[in-house]
Amino acid sequence: MEFITQLFADPATYRLLTIVILSIFLGIEVISRVPSVLHTPLMSGANAIHGVVIIGAIIVMGQAHSDDYLALTLGFLSVVLGTLNVVGGFVVTDRMLEMFDKKKKMKRG
Amino acid sequence: MLDILLPLSYLIGSITFIIGLKMLSHPDSARRGNLVAAVGMTIAILATIFLYTDENGNKLGNYAWIFGGLIIGTVIGTLAAKKVQMTAMPEMVSLFNGMGGACAMLISIIEFKHHTSIPVDLYEEAGASALKMIPGTLFITIIVGMVIGSVSFAGSIIAWGKLNGKIKDFSFNGQHIVNLLLLGVITALTVYVVAVRPETTIMLFYVILAISLLYGVMFVFPIGGADMPVVISLLNSFTGVAAAFGGFLYNNPVMLTGGILVGSAGTILTILMCKAMNRSLKNVLIGSFGGGAKAGSGGAKEQGNYKEISLNDTAVLMAYASKVMIIPGYGLAVAQAQHVCHELEKILQEKGVEVAYGIHPVAGRMPGHMNVLLAEADVPYEKLLEMEDANDQMASTSVVMILGANDVVNPAAKEDPSSPIYGMPILEVEKAEHVIVNKRSMKPGYAGIENELFFRPKTSMLFGDAKKVLQDLVSELKQV
Repeated sequence: MEFITQLFADPATYRLLTIVILSIFLGIEVISRVPSVLHTPLMSGANAIHGVVIIGAIIVMGQAHSDDYLALTLGFLSVVLGTLNVVGGFVVTDRMLEMFDKKKKMKRG
Repeated sequence: MLDILLPLSYLIGSITFIIGLKMLSHPDSARRGNLVAAVGMTIAILATIFLYTDENGNKLGNYAWIFGGLIIGTVIGTLAAKKVQMTAMPEMVSLFNGMGGACAMLISIIEFKHHTSIPVDLYEEAGASALKMIPGTLFITIIVGMVIGSVSFAGSIIAWGKLNGKIKDFSFNGQHIVNLLLLGVITALTVYVVAVRPETTIMLFYVILAISLLYGVMFVFPIGGADMPVVISLLNSFTGVAAAFGGFLYNNPVMLTGGILVGSAGTILTILMCKAMNRSLKNVLIGSFGGGAKAGSGGAKEQGNYKEISLNDTAVLMAYASKVMIIPGYGLAVAQAQHVCHELEKILQEKGVEVAYGIHPVAGRMPGHMNVLLAEADVPYEKLLEMEDANDQMASTSVVMILGANDVVNPAAKEDPSSPIYGMPILEVEKAEHVIVNKRSMKPGYAGIENELFFRPKTSMLFGDAKKVLQDLVSELKQV
């Protein structure tokens, strides 16, 4: 119960909750009519977007004490992994969609 | 003035994610959509590095470490994504998804260590009760983020291993009960730790971590290979939620919107994929293909004889056909036969044969897999027929050529209610005059189910590697 009260007492938390609810509906709306051809690239693109977790990794890394080697190592690792997710995700998606682009050019030419 | 730059960058980031996803769901704008989201991400990352300050106004440090990590990740990520073959795309996505999950997991671990070790003086004065100084919301955010991140990480790695054949399907009786039990233990421990804060809190945190990893492994292990795309999509939305918990942790709006957007869009996408296979999500997760297939294969083996067809006969049959429909499957992707397949199509067309491709929405390892593959070989877009159109044209087709596809043409999906794929819409190839199946051997398809189609009177088998067979077929056709 205390937990629930905490959620609503703090305006910042409450604001975040509002964002969460709205984002859920937005996510559903945004992709609800997608052709099956695009399922894979869309999943891949979404995969890259959740790489936004990298921001957390950067904050953790940037706040670690310079003599706390465990935190530095773990933080470093999480920055590397997060970057892999973001960069790899966007590049793979682009490669998939490049094929569709080529297809369209063929159609026109 | 500088103060608003960071929130402004985050706002731009959030907006580009929404617009990017929107654009990604239309064929014409998809590629630009991906780029838009990437630009937004870059802005958000750079803004965080240079503008982020904590409550006391301190900027981030350890720039060398941060940029080192960014550079290493960028180089490896770009190389891996550029080098990967089109056939291996699905497992690549799964692997990247796992990296995101691991990242969320590590963040939670570091934050947990940070919050349980910083107030050393307080800790000494008040003993274990200092643990109680951590706000409940913060504590639960850290743990839940860690749980979801590690489930997603472990699950994605298993899915990756399964897709590239390193890990075989594995299940035992009552596995779902064990899984439910594990989930129950995770929930109970989390509630206990957050509510009671026992002296063993730190140890219990790592116990929860271990069980979560185990759960991720057990969750994906029994799910059949054919359902892997659905699982990857689901794990994808898990990672999104884990990222959103990171957003809660740092009060960071862009992490929150990005994470939740992917979480909800990913869930819808998962359901859409299930619909394409005419299966429910519950069916995919609980009623795994593995068990049913073993039961089904015994009966089907007694089907008896199949007939083979020679290359020469195939060439003649195709050359004098009025219309040929090619049904590609994963076998085509494995053999990298898309280019020679396009060649076959061209040579047939020169001979006045109408050629079309019948694309099942889940042919290959992922929805859209075949479209991407054939587009790579410059097969014109109009030639790729979606399932309904392909089925409409089936009756007027003289020869159906099945290249490494299996489950998507299995009549059991329509006729045998005991089959694990019963109810999945299929390409109704038997409406055509002749059916030629190219496979490497009589081994069952990815779902592990025998295919009665191979034993039907209309069907002829053409054994061999798809690429080799098509090359030979093209040279045969040149002589006809």
